[in-house]
Amino acid sequence: MTTRRKAVALLSGGLDSMLAVKVIMEQGVHVEGINFFTGFCVEGHTHAIRQRDRSKPKRNNALWVAEQLDIKLHIIDVSEQYKKVVINPKHGYGANLNPCLDCKGFMVNKAHDWMQTNHFDFIITGEVMGQRPMSQRKDTMPVIAQESGAGDRLLRPLCAKRLPLTLAEREHWVDREKLFGFTGRSRKPQMALARQYGLDYAQPAGGCCFLTDESYSHKLADLWQAQGNKDYELDDIMLLKVGRHLRPRAHFKLIIGREEGENNFLEGYRKQFTHLRTVSHNGPLVLIDGEINDDDIELAARLAARFSQGRDAETVNVEVTPIGGSTRLLDVTPMANDTIPQSWYL
Amino acid sequence: MSYHILDARRLLCPLPVIRTQDQAATLSAGDVLEVMCTDPGVMNDIPAWCRINGHTIKETKQNNGDIVITIEINGKN
Repeated sequence: MTTRRKAVALLSGGLDSMLAVKVIMEQGVHVEGINFFTGFCVEGHTHAIRQRDRSKPKRNNALWVAEQLDIKLHIIDVSEQYKKVVINPKHGYGANLNPCLDCKGFMVNKAHDWMQTNHFDFIITGEVMGQRPMSQRKDTMPVIAQESGAGDRLLRPLCAKRLPLTLAEREHWVDREKLFGFTGRSRKPQMALARQYGLDYAQPAGGCCFLTDESYSHKLADLWQAQGNKDYELDDIMLLKVGRHLRPRAHFKLIIGREEGENNFLEGYRKQFTHLRTVSHNGPLVLIDGEINDDDIELAARLAARFSQGRDAETVNVEVTPIGGSTRLLDVTPMANDTIPQSWYL
Repeated sequence: MSYHILDARRLLCPLPVIRTQDQAATLSAGDVLEVMCTDPGVMNDIPAWCRINGHTIKETKQNNGDIVITIEINGKN
């Protein structure tokens, strides 16, 4: 009797990993999915926070794909361990603060650990050679296999025919002839295969990681520069996704809610930050990140007034509450829009 | 059978699902887990997670932005 082999698949929720799973399941292998939460995943956080989007909650695509494929999915919080990948990537960053090669190596390494703990036989990913500029190149794909520790237990079913034989192929756990040799950035072969399998899939939504986003990366770089070291907490990277960020002085920045949902979300952080709110007019909740003096408070209050409905009023009454302190009121003149330097906007 | 409450309020998806998954792994068949959330994404994600893992949603309540999902744990963890 032959043993039914077991593979763990890195499942992002996108088309490629979904197809990789399907290709291997079709060969009679038992597959379970694994999905890592790094804190930078684009999983509808902005959607969840913003009031206008809350009526159409976004699904988690990895769960949705797992359900379609009828496989188990294990979602694992690696946000703490992932810091070392973001802060000091051995292979450097891509166009923004995206450490794609280190990231893929990290995830395959975690999947390899999971595979060993759970007595699975090999790992599969949806990688396609030449599809991504850092992590999915002919010269970097072997680096991932080697540095992750997975070695020849890592199989990429969609481009396996362009890569050396892996253990699963050598041992005939899978038939190499039924794997693929996809290459390049075209999605047409994958879309054709999805049609063949009758699979519905999520349309690409501009990447799956905030670190590939220029604006987000700029805010993260600013955070590191302001605090004088490359470190972060989960709350820091969540707050970078929310509100308008302005840094009027090197030692503090403002996080300004842009609408009701963002204000509600920022409410949860009130006790950790000095915060401002306009009283005489409707306006945003503003958090101050940094150490501030009285002049800074005046400036922050004028900025808060600028983003309130009192922006054209002569004076706006602003409530200021320091961390652990008592609330006080200030009357300020809203800052004129054309006097706010563009360089303050992050 | 025992009753458990998980506070996942103010957490954004997929963290409520991860916390639910991790707590469910410690429970036994027939136990009930009440998950309190605020991210509306859980309305899709926790039921999907339950279907994948064979758990049963007993009740879903929404009140003023708070969401409470009550899950009966199956025996296949």
